[in-house]
Amino acid sequence: MRPPRFLWVPFELGRPFGAPNEPEFQTMVLRTALALLERDGPSPVLEDFPDDAPGAAISEEEMMGWTCPIPLANVVDTTTPELLTAMRVEIESLAPWHQLAEESRGRTATGVVGISIEEIANFLHALLDSVPENPKPNVPLGEAFRQASEEIKAWYQESATAKPGAATSKDLADWFWGGTAAGRLLLALHRVCLKSEDAGLRSVATSQLVPRLQQHRLGG
Amino acid sequence: MVKLSDLDDVGVRHLIDKDCPPFEARPWVTGPPVAQRRVAIVTTAGLHRRDDRNFALRDLGYRVIPGDIDAADLVMTQSSVNYDRTGFQQDVNVVFPIDRLRELAAAREVGELADFHYSLNGAGWHPHEIEPTARKLAGLLKEDQVNAVLLVPV
Repeated sequence: MRPPRFLWVPFELGRPFGAPNEPEFQTMVLRTALALLERDGPSPVLEDFPDDAPGAAISEEEMMGWTCPIPLANVVDTTTPELLTAMRVEIESLAPWHQLAEESRGRTATGVVGISIEEIANFLHALLDSVPENPKPNVPLGEAFRQASEEIKAWYQESATAKPGAATSKDLADWFWGGTAAGRLLLALHRVCLKSEDAGLRSVATSQLVPRLQQHRLGG
Repeated sequence: MVKLSDLDDVGVRHLIDKDCPPFEARPWVTGPPVAQRRVAIVTTAGLHRRDDRNFALRDLGYRVIPGDIDAADLVMTQSSVNYDRTGFQQDVNVVFPIDRLRELAAAREVGELADFHYSLNGAGWHPHEIEPTARKLAGLLKEDQVNAVLLVPV
């Protein structure tokens, strides 16, 4: 790449302005980036942003590990046929917190698929045994699968962050993939959809379902 | 942009192995101070208005984000799963700093905001495949009299 002006930032992927709900810090990053427009050449002007994002330094207390403030049943021994029931229980436990998150933020990142979170859970679970009816007929089935899996993750994570706490993105990902029935269902769907007759489902299972950093949970 | 040294090993290899032919030119354009610039955001976060078309797996198109967008109306359908979305879920400005830019414009640190911002799905394609879209966007930005673009990867 040969960008004329470039600001390197020491933040994680997905957070180019550092941290959510940190307007002063975000403004500092933005001012630093815009200031590159007034620098003299020659090209390229590459600059490092000097500060870590707020919350990036881990305290001793945080080293102990984050636990979701909303208690959910243990899913370690949940078998595949029981996943739908377990997810329904989780959704019922999380729903008040999702409502609170939506009200306090004035928005939600969910709603892309256009059906309720319970219907999304039903659709995803049905994929374990068959190729169900596409809940979003204006897009291919694989795309509906991708969006449904993103939506359930977003819904759970929005619920989990409704209470203030020091959860990092890694905490939230580890909780979803390692501590919820919904995460367990998506891991199970990876195996099933890799063998699907539907090319779209196979494609999503291959690279758009389980993040690289969670693939150790797939086992052999 | 995040440094390679801050990524996981597989992510680093994935990026290094991408077919990214070097640009032959090294563009450099100067202009007025930031306080006199008209600024647009171009994001690869796969953002769009809730009622707009979702980004597909290998989507080479763009979506228009009106300058007066209510941040609550933005959703994300980028096709990569290998970056954090919980920041965006809590605050749009961590990927699309529209409120921060509006504040700087109100404080006269930035000249003004463009009428339109643009969004791409920054995954699933090779650089040469997106070039026609990039050229289209450049034309649209020029028509909008934009003379500063904040390119924000995710």
